[in-house]
Amino acid sequence: MSEATRRWRRGTLVRDRALSASARSVTFAVPDWPGAAAGQHVDVRLTAPDGYQAVRSYSLARAGTDREIELAVERLPDGEVSPFLVDELEPGDEVELRGPLGGWFVWRPGEQRPVQLIAGGSGIVPLVAIARAHAAADSTAPMRLLASVRTPESALYRDELEQLRATAPTRWHYTRVAPPGWTGPVGRLSPRDLEREVIAGSQHPLVYVCGPTGFVEAVARTLIDLGQTADSIRTERFGGT
Amino acid sequence: MAVFGGRHRESNPSLPPGQYETQSFPVLSAGPTPEIDTAEWEFFIHTETGPSRRWTWDQFRALPAEDITPDIHCVTSWSKFDTPWRGVSLDTLFADVETDLDFVMAHSYGGYTTNLPLEEILDGRAWIAYEYDGDDLEPEHGGPARLLVPHLYFWKSAKWIRGLVMQSEDNPGFWEQYGYHNHGDPWREERYA
Repeated sequence: MSEATRRWRRGTLVRDRALSASARSVTFAVPDWPGAAAGQHVDVRLTAPDGYQAVRSYSLARAGTDREIELAVERLPDGEVSPFLVDELEPGDEVELRGPLGGWFVWRPGEQRPVQLIAGGSGIVPLVAIARAHAAADSTAPMRLLASVRTPESALYRDELEQLRATAPTRWHYTRVAPPGWTGPVGRLSPRDLEREVIAGSQHPLVYVCGPTGFVEAVARTLIDLGQTADSIRTERFGGT
Repeated sequence: MAVFGGRHRESNPSLPPGQYETQSFPVLSAGPTPEIDTAEWEFFIHTETGPSRRWTWDQFRALPAEDITPDIHCVTSWSKFDTPWRGVSLDTLFADVETDLDFVMAHSYGGYTTNLPLEEILDGRAWIAYEYDGDDLEPEHGGPARLLVPHLYFWKSAKWIRGLVMQSEDNPGFWEQYGYHNHGDPWREERYA
């Protein structure tokens, strides 16, 4: 990282789209954006009229060197920044952005190993960036996404992921409510679910797990029990304990 | 135009620049939480002459411990005040260590590393902590024992600590190689290199 990473840049909201009842995709034009790798995040800084500032980190939903960056933000019920980004920010409004940040939870197109992505809730955002980068690079490395969501309505980027099914097929898993006609299990991802849906350890996949702390802890522990190697599992957690 | 109101208006002199206070205890780790059996746990200090000191869990727990309640500051912008830990001061662990080297690489179970200047972990500024809020330290927070260096950003407080290796230069550890600041003072906002 460098001077370019540390600097705050102005981003102007140019596009927005509801992803669910509680999540919104927001795309900012950032004229001097240096580009990002799939899986990286940025800091977003908001400033109130009296000078008070608040900073939070959000995953990028798309990698690349476009002068635009897309974030997907889930409204936290008690949040200070997320309700503003989801409910109030209007096209033309400016925020400040710093990044790209994080160099470990990333996927690069030169990577040849099979890739298993595992998302809990809005943890899907950096994994969408990885699936998009994989398709954009015409990578021949096998890639699969297992996405755990509470209900069909809370699934983010479903249509877009459907379009990537030839290069990175997505398996949805429902923890509370499944869509009509669903015949699979409903509930937390069990060891059996993970054994069935995740690329086997014998194929030496790179595994990316992103979601709430409890989800990531449980999934990572089960994967190791199933024979995946710890140093092939990259994790990103959010929320407290 | 949408106008950001924000919430936390009271300026708190305990809050470093760019930080906000949280009541919860977020977990950030690069990989799975390792399972560590205290029967096999060890903590070591290596110097220029090789292995210098080594403690088993029972030997480590027999050392004099301190209760401390520092504020902690994560580079991802959260701070948590008055966190209650119990642990062994690095002054105690370094009491019989002879070294002319000025820097330390902390090594963790699971492979994590982070670098520190020796003088910043002595004189009552760092501990190996094994209790949080009166209970054994939870694995996801670094249990059975973690480094605790509260005056630096919290990535320096290596979870699942295994040992300290003296080094002649301040070579970067895991996050430091991924662009995080080599030193990490929250009061100077040393977040990124």
